[in-house]
Amino acid sequence: MTNEVQVEAPPGATPTFAMLRTLGGISLISGLLVVLAYQLTLPIITENQRLRTERAVFQVVPGAVSKQDFVLTGQGLEPVGAGVQGEPVYAAYDKDGRLKGIAIAGVGGGYGGPVKVLFNYEPACQCIVGSKVLQSTETPGFGDKLETDPEFLENLKALDARLNADGTALANPIVTVKHGTKTQPWQIDAITGATISSKAMGKAANAAAQRAVPAIQRDLAKLAAANRRGTE
Amino acid sequence: MADLPKYQEDLTLDTFVRGLWKENPVFVMLLGMCPVLAVTNSAINAISMGLASTVVLVGSGALISLMRHWIPKQVRIASYIVIIATFVTMVDYAIQAISLDLYAALGAFIQLIVVNCIILGRAEAYASQQRLVPTLVNSLGVGAGFTIALFALGSVREILGSGTLFGIHLFGAGFQPWVVMVLPPGGFFVLGAWLLLFNWIKLRRERRIETPQGIPANAR
Repeated sequence: MTNEVQVEAPPGATPTFAMLRTLGGISLISGLLVVLAYQLTLPIITENQRLRTERAVFQVVPGAVSKQDFVLTGQGLEPVGAGVQGEPVYAAYDKDGRLKGIAIAGVGGGYGGPVKVLFNYEPACQCIVGSKVLQSTETPGFGDKLETDPEFLENLKALDARLNADGTALANPIVTVKHGTKTQPWQIDAITGATISSKAMGKAANAAAQRAVPAIQRDLAKLAAANRRGTE
Repeated sequence: MADLPKYQEDLTLDTFVRGLWKENPVFVMLLGMCPVLAVTNSAINAISMGLASTVVLVGSGALISLMRHWIPKQVRIASYIVIIATFVTMVDYAIQAISLDLYAALGAFIQLIVVNCIILGRAEAYASQQRLVPTLVNSLGVGAGFTIALFALGSVREILGSGTLFGIHLFGAGFQPWVVMVLPPGGFFVLGAWLLLFNWIKLRRERRIETPQGIPANAR
């Protein structure tokens, strides 16, 4: 700042108390400000998250107007409530209160990081009929084709997710195959140039279905009835 | 406790304007390159990042300036970091409350404002020595300079890389986006181009001052 030569004074002894007082005081102010900001924004952030989930579910299940949240527990599907923890499963209902589809989330490792996708599982056909990428860090221009490439999206319009005879896992795991080699309804045809992203989509679909579909099929009556009970 | 301020700046227009041009944190001092390159893939991300940094810059500068007589030299860096981290945490919550999509787009770079050297640099070189009002004005100037620089990168990268500005399509369907511009290399290309432009302007101005009246520069 100034051009004058400053003669360095011998370091004066700073009392220990002064240092403690300053750091303690600053930490106290800091604590107050952070807690204040957290308390003020918490209700807004919770509401934002609720709206975002709702929007995503209604987008992935076309025609849905209401939803009920369930979680996947060791005992099957349980309605969201205190003390219930696990993967969320969203049952979506149309305007007549009929079960329209079930939104299940899955994660697959992509080129730039995890790809988180919400799938629309239709219990009647036992298949995945739609998808929406919730979060991805895939390369722009390549990885984002997962949402835009019409040929690729065709794969996710009737992706087979039937259960095996015991109802414990998928009869055929969902896999991504090389572009142009899809022969079975449980296969996903990869996008040329975005094979790793396409594989992530397949892994996400498989993970979501393997985890949630057995429980959904077992507790289907519970899901179908949940909305009626909720509205009565 | 701390050394008495060596030099008190009077509040002038320069206190503010300096941050925009002469001491622009990005184009002149090349500070804070991490967010400059990382989150300028769209204009809205760039502006949000610039504003978030400005809020932290002004807030932490104000508090440090107010407390400058009570912060002993030995614990000043620790104190500054705690104060800066406090404001970053508050901005982090505020952005989540404003828009979760924006929060997801900016990712870890909001938290990384803590280690943005523009802010610690201002705290050490300015706020810790100056009165409150000049500190506020100077921080706003530097924040504005940073935001403008980020916008300069973000707008060019978005226009070339996606064919849009603030999400509005600028070109017809025939436009083939230069995808590389929204990828990390694009950040370096555009930053390089801006630096070239600013240095060229600066050099031209210096040359004009050096050149004696009436004799063209190429005739010396």
